[in-house]
Amino acid sequence: MTFSILLLVIAVLFVIAYVSGARRARSLVTPGVTLNSLPGHYGSLVALWTCLPPLLLMLCWGVLETPVIDRLLAAQLPAEVQAEGGNRISLALSKVRNLAGGANVQADPELAPVVLHLKDLQSRNSMLSTTLVLALALAGFGFGLRRLAPALRARNEVESIVKVLLFCSSGVAVLTTVGILSSVLYEAWMFFGRVPVFDFLFGTTWSPQVALRADQSGSSGSFGAVPLFAGTLMISMIAMFIAVPIGLMSAIYLSEYATPRVRSYAKPALEVLAGIPTVVYGFFAALTVAPILKSLGADIGLEVSSESALAAGLVMGVMIIPFVSSLSDDVINAVPQALRDGSYGLGATQSETIRQVVIPAALPGIVGAVMLAVSRAIGETMIVAMAAGLAANLTANPLDSVTTVTVQIVTLLVGDQEFDSSKTLAAFALGLVLFLVTLILNYVALKVVQKYREQYD
Amino acid sequence: MTDQLTTTRSKVEQGMARRRRAEGRFRLYGVLSVGFGLLCLVVLFGNILSQGSSAFRQTVLQAEILLDQEYLGLNNQSPVNELRNGNYEGLIKQYLRNTAEVSSRSERRALYGLVSVGAHWQLQDAVLANPDLLGSTLSIELIMDDNVDQWFKHERDEGGAGRLNELQLGWLEQWVAEGRLKSRFSTTFFTNGDSREPELAGVHGAIMGTLLTLMVTFLLSFPIGVAAAIYLEEFAPKNRITEIVEININNLAAVPSITFGLLGLAIFINIFGVSRSTPLIGGLVLTLMTLPTIIISGRAAIKSVPPSIREAAFGLGASKMQVVFHHVLPLAMPGMLTGTIIGMAQALGETAPLLMIGMIAFVVDVPGFITDPSTVLPVQIFLWSDSPEQAFTERTSGAIIVLLTFLIMMNTVAVWLRRRLERRW
Amino acid sequence: MSIIENHQTDGEPFCDSPKLKARGVGVFYGDKQAIFDVSLDIGANEVIALIGPSGCGKSTFLRCLNRMNDTIDICRITGEILLDDEDIYAPKIDVVPLRARVGMVFQKPNPFPKTIFDNVAYGPRIHGLVNHRHELEEIVEQSLRRAGLWSEVKDRLDAPGTGLSGGQQQRLCIARTIAVDPEVILMDEPCSALDPIATARIEELIDELRDNYTIAIVTHSMQQAARVSQRTAYFHLGQLIEVNPTDLVFTKPQHALTEAYITGRFG
Repeated sequence: MTFSILLLVIAVLFVIAYVSGARRARSLVTPGVTLNSLPGHYGSLVALWTCLPPLLLMLCWGVLETPVIDRLLAAQLPAEVQAEGGNRISLALSKVRNLAGGANVQADPELAPVVLHLKDLQSRNSMLSTTLVLALALAGFGFGLRRLAPALRARNEVESIVKVLLFCSSGVAVLTTVGILSSVLYEAWMFFGRVPVFDFLFGTTWSPQVALRADQSGSSGSFGAVPLFAGTLMISMIAMFIAVPIGLMSAIYLSEYATPRVRSYAKPALEVLAGIPTVVYGFFAALTVAPILKSLGADIGLEVSSESALAAGLVMGVMIIPFVSSLSDDVINAVPQALRDGSYGLGATQSETIRQVVIPAALPGIVGAVMLAVSRAIGETMIVAMAAGLAANLTANPLDSVTTVTVQIVTLLVGDQEFDSSKTLAAFALGLVLFLVTLILNYVALKVVQKYREQYD
Repeated sequence: MTDQLTTTRSKVEQGMARRRRAEGRFRLYGVLSVGFGLLCLVVLFGNILSQGSSAFRQTVLQAEILLDQEYLGLNNQSPVNELRNGNYEGLIKQYLRNTAEVSSRSERRALYGLVSVGAHWQLQDAVLANPDLLGSTLSIELIMDDNVDQWFKHERDEGGAGRLNELQLGWLEQWVAEGRLKSRFSTTFFTNGDSREPELAGVHGAIMGTLLTLMVTFLLSFPIGVAAAIYLEEFAPKNRITEIVEININNLAAVPSITFGLLGLAIFINIFGVSRSTPLIGGLVLTLMTLPTIIISGRAAIKSVPPSIREAAFGLGASKMQVVFHHVLPLAMPGMLTGTIIGMAQALGETAPLLMIGMIAFVVDVPGFITDPSTVLPVQIFLWSDSPEQAFTERTSGAIIVLLTFLIMMNTVAVWLRRRLERRW
Repeated sequence: MSIIENHQTDGEPFCDSPKLKARGVGVFYGDKQAIFDVSLDIGANEVIALIGPSGCGKSTFLRCLNRMNDTIDICRITGEILLDDEDIYAPKIDVVPLRARVGMVFQKPNPFPKTIFDNVAYGPRIHGLVNHRHELEEIVEQSLRRAGLWSEVKDRLDAPGTGLSGGQQQRLCIARTIAVDPEVILMDEPCSALDPIATARIEELIDELRDNYTIAIVTHSMQQAARVSQRTAYFHLGQLIEVNPTDLVFTKPQHALTEAYITGRFG
């Protein structure tokens, strides 16, 4: 809560700084002396000087505070805990935090001194940070006001600062990628320290449950990801089998045949399908489609698992139809009318023109669209998590239940986890594979589409 | 030559029937494809609506209960914590014993089981709100157990028994005949948090969690997204770095959402120590996820501002920054807002990354601040869909209807904004 | 320079052995009328040039002759156009065989993104004109020869048609058109995107093609009209002002507007 109050205080200071800066600037105007910039610029400059440094400080503080406190606390932990290292320490620390947050600080006598120390640290920390932040804000305010002079190029300074802020904002996107990559890379590196890369990529048994007792089978868990890759591939293929022909034909119909009136209703209606949250599709797949498939299968003597790859794939296909259709629509519309005219001028029918001229001309773009769709199918989580199940079967039968990379990531990471177990790390290794595969697909697809567009521009 | 022309003409004529058929077939495939997509939409919505509409109704028993001061050991002067701890459950049991005849213990248990285990909170709430009620007879609609609810809403019309036995059905039919057992609009669905009991579970907590999460997302992603769009479109030098940033943003827009969850877990939670299960961490993760959408649409909006406006402002001696903030930005704002709303709608429906940052926890209390543990609507849907009870399936569909309503509202605003934007020039 | 209401076309709009006859043709785009009451004969095995300032409706009129305007939803046509005395806008007429008889070459060369061979073979294939590969090869070779392109491309028939130069592309489009053996070829400013040498090559080609085909060519170049055509029709703001033998139009124009145009007072 103190954090938000502090933010509020800074916001108030911002307004005060702006107003007083502008007023001060106006008072500097005397006959014969003119301001270099508008009073508002001076106000903004003072306001920026007042607020930016403390905000930066708060950001750094927030980033560093937990690691620093952890280190200080770790030194206070009982000796035997410290001796055991990594995992045990972090466990003990989280327990200390829970105790400190609770009513009964003394619940665990062994940890009590550490808990008290933490409480002490916490209060000192918040005191210190609040004081520093406020002091910095006031100092900035004073400094800014003192600098005001008619000759000060306030507008240029404000504009450079704003430009830097704008630049930092666009850097967030890059930092996100770096963040994703570094997090999955680091944890995956740790994982591959325990499980060889080769076993992971080419092993055919996936059972990440680490046994409780050493004599149980597979006590170390088994991390052969081939069944997951196969499951992901199968479901994606089923989805593409639905989405590509239907999406493409819809796009063709809507862009080449439909009257503007039909198009104006049908296109947004199809796009609604794309806006429905995936969890809704998952629910639909698991509670409506899967039972229907199961009873249909029973009628013709096929055994359909109640969590079949088919149900998940079908519903995912439906979800991707509008994705394929709107991307192909753009691509088809980019084919120049001159090509169509050329074909019509020779006496081709509309379907001949579409099949033999428009589609071949649009093919690179369509391939790009399909690649993007595949990447989406591979990364889709909720539908498979709800409808495809957890059984890591290596099977080619779409009526069986299979599991996918995304489902396993979710399963391994949901609930309480120790951060150092192979189970958790395996999820990051899977995340790395997923990220790389989709990244490559997206990159290539975007390049292909871009090239295609340039060709007709 | 004439001969050749005639043969050409006759060959063309000969092929026409076949080609017209092929044309018709191709067209039919198109119609069928569009039709299939629309059919899926109708089936999906129809399915959800038909399953979920009954979630907004709750079966209740109209009861007149004497708030016996002696039995409860309370009066209107009692302190709040005593009022809170009164044996209201006993009162309800007593009332039930009086309205239906029971002999054995098992019969009594069957009778008590008809009313929700949470019904006594209704009494407690009434008393806490107005202690003067003590001693008087309270007319109240007791919430029934989910088995009764399901039976009354669905199986009864088909003559089914649901999960109720003969005896229970007898009592219920009698109450129905007396007009005391009825179905009314379920306010609890909108005022309660999650619960293990279907009839007590509501979406209030999830809605609040969603709103708080979206608030964080909006407050972070809108300014950052707009600033980034301005920088890339107006200030960025055309060089290799800018190109990398652009490629990077386009790629991020297509990266599976689940990887953002990995980022949130590994970096925000494990390194920066943000507490899990809170709207704060959810909002942070969703911010990163929606940023590319906002930046891309923001740039498109800036691009669509005619250069003549920029030139006019430059011609008056405005600085680049002034041109951007005084002229370009206001004109691009509707487009940017549209993109932001679409991004928010995406964030609203997102589930997968939130599962990994602990927003899947079972949270009964309604969150009030961005650091309170909470869940969000899509995750609530995921959680409920996993529950075996028929009543939870119904509630899941109900929650989906609520979620879709929010989405439709947001998209309507986006479409409206886009229309306004189009009218401008 | 106002337009005369219900102007009667000067000169000789009709001829003895007409292949195509337009009678009272009007074209509307929505509410706007683009062509007003045009009556004109196009004689068999002649080259007729349609000239006039830009926006005068000459291209629109040309596109009516094989119903290319059908692809534009808001376009409506009145009057009648007869091909060998058969109304091409009659309800029973199918545009597909009609366009096989009346081929069209466009302003910008528009080869399909296929090989040179497939570009030329496209028409015969869709119309089912051949049963065997060797027949198809024969047609492709013959068409390319007639279009004067054979010697340049015979060694690279599998190369993409889009890889040719602009003039070659346009000749490829002409070859593509004659591969379906049309009776009439419509050319919509076929040289406007080409350099002078390529233009000269195409003009030669048009002259050669006259033996076998009836050709209507829209051009914005008066010199080109003078070089390739026997008759010239002058359009002005949607009206057909004058039709006369080409040498007459360029030496003794009958109508003041025609004279103004060919002497370069507007264009």
